Amino acid sequence: MLFPWGRIPAPGREQLSEELERTTRDARLSRGLGRSYGDSSLPARSDDKVVGTRLANRILHFDPETQVLRAEAGFTLLELNRLFMPRGFFSPVTPGTQFVTLGGMVASDVHGKNHHVAGCFGAHVRALRIRLADNRIVDCSPSVEPELFFGSIGGMGLLGHILEVEFRLDRIPSPWIWMEARRVPDIDAYLAALSEGASRWPMTMGWIDCVSGGRALGRGIMMAGRWLEPDEAPRAGPRVPKALTVPFEFPSFAINPLTVKLFNIAYYWKQLPLKVEKRVAPAPFFYPLDAVLEWNRLYGPRGFTQYQCVIPRAAGAPAVRKFMELLTRLGGASPLCVIKDCGQEGQGLLSFPLEGTSIAVDIAVTPRIQPLVDALNEYVIGVGGRVYLTKDRFTRPEHFRAMEPRLERFQQARDRWDPERRLRSAQSVRLLGDRL
Amino acid sequence: MKVVLLGATTGMGRAMARILAERGESLFLLGHEPEALERSAADLEARHAQRVRVGTAVCDLERPETFASGLDAADAALGGFDTVIVTAALFATQEVLEQDLELTRRLLTVNYAHTVLFCEHVRRRLLARGGGQLTVFSSVAGDRGRKPVVLYGSSKAGLSAYLEGLDHKFQAQGLSVLCVKPGFVKTGMTAGLKPPPFAGEPEAVAQQVLAAMGRRQALVYTPSIWRLVMLVIRHLPRSVMRRIGF
Repeated sequence: MLFPWGRIPAPGREQLSEELERTTRDARLSRGLGRSYGDSSLPARSDDKVVGTRLANRILHFDPETQVLRAEAGFTLLELNRLFMPRGFFSPVTPGTQFVTLGGMVASDVHGKNHHVAGCFGAHVRALRIRLADNRIVDCSPSVEPELFFGSIGGMGLLGHILEVEFRLDRIPSPWIWMEARRVPDIDAYLAALSEGASRWPMTMGWIDCVSGGRALGRGIMMAGRWLEPDEAPRAGPRVPKALTVPFEFPSFAINPLTVKLFNIAYYWKQLPLKVEKRVAPAPFFYPLDAVLEWNRLYGPRGFTQYQCVIPRAAGAPAVRKFMELLTRLGGASPLCVIKDCGQEGQGLLSFPLEGTSIAVDIAVTPRIQPLVDALNEYVIGVGGRVYLTKDRFTRPEHFRAMEPRLERFQQARDRWDPERRLRSAQSVRLLGDRL
Repeated sequence: MKVVLLGATTGMGRAMARILAERGESLFLLGHEPEALERSAADLEARHAQRVRVGTAVCDLERPETFASGLDAADAALGGFDTVIVTAALFATQEVLEQDLELTRRLLTVNYAHTVLFCEHVRRRLLARGGGQLTVFSSVAGDRGRKPVVLYGSSKAGLSAYLEGLDHKFQAQGLSVLCVKPGFVKTGMTAGLKPPPFAGEPEAVAQQVLAAMGRRQALVYTPSIWRLVMLVIRHLPRSVMRRIGF
């Protein structure tokens, strides 16, 4: 069995290997640490050859002058941070967990708190080495085989197996963050705060209460941050705290409307002052959930999904408010709902973000999940938004086509690089019509 | 420490090399593929801002004529090594080996005869300089003749016996020998096999082995639970071993 982060597994086995050039031969899918929530890292059939890349984790080259790092696809962000943060370098873009591989970061074209200024991870990638479906190995970049390059960025591994990734690290002035957290009373104030924050802070995002309705609809805690300058930061780097682990799978009823409601109220009032400013370590700022290993066990055996969509700026603040109304009305109860202001769309053929507001909600899998996702998708299609494939498990193919005008272009790229559709995942069969 | 690693391009050897590099030890990598050696050396250097220099040389357990030249190169680069760690070996499943006599010959030769020969080269050099440390990865598979590892296990049984004897004979002369018996560890070597309960990760194994080296232990099971598992297995009667598949 192979498990994604949402814990709904598929039969299959991954072949771990230190030598991707050897093992990816005739493979149909590569997966890193299996942190995508839905079915993008799961095989379409149990006998499909799936390569696990996490042992292929060598740094191939790093030049501190140009800040360019080249590494094998299984090199993790955790290692990158551990080794390079003390030396004054940081990934130009980081998602909300460190437990991801470079290959996965490219395939998902991950975004982070700095999307409004830095774009997605793919915008910082200079070159990729890729194993194609016909077993050739090709080096590509924005100028060499650009279709393969931009199709692989956010392409969920469907154009080729990512073997090596070359990208440019950021220099950071210190390994400490200055953070501001503000309690925001409702969704309109929230959107205003996000937009105002984006002009002043390089990093913004927030937690949003998606249970309370009425006047409290969309209230939450907005966070903003920047790296501390050397003269403001303590001499010593932050200590790495020991992570806790959820020791066993909770029963499915542990997360229910009541506990979610209580969690949301407690989380909102956890911060009593309207505004808190303080120095924090990067780990709790960027990766608050990494402090609890295997937290997905809290959802129990039924598993969960994350619904993440982006609502374009053009649709305006009322569209976000309506989405939140719909979400609270349909009871998409979630302890964790994250809102983020996105910058411009990147160049990845299927890359998720576009200029607007991204909202991500964890939802336990219940019999009501399909109609809930359908209803949210129908709304998102209406306002010209789209969903994030890395999180998706329940979107219908016709809905995906309707929200993704770029799909045809992506399929054309696949026609050229993998006309027989040898590369596939459970997700590509579900959403892109790949045959079993 | 001045450490020579044979087989550190992959798996548990790679994990050992990374921890040693992080500690700032001097390292030299031996292996059979020059390109893999260079990639691994570059990785170790890049991880530590080029503060460590990692040399490499070809030394192939299938070709005993490379043993002396490989160790010469290591000695020259390190100015005389004091520690040698051997993780290299061949592995194949019992089903595959039963169908392939040539592979069986290679595996038995590499895992037993040539590994012992390599250790003999190391033993002479270390004793000549007053002692040192030799750590060799054998396997729990050598602890008892078992159905899934009849051939592989026999090669490791021979190796374990050799390492035990080496410890008995030369410990007093300053040669510290550690026989490592890993249970199932999730590396490229065991890729494609279904991991049993208590399968280990290479990093945790490496930490445990280095701790055992620090204590000058002669034997370590890793992950530790395998010591108990093998204690039970070693005492099962033949009638039971004939029936079970383990």
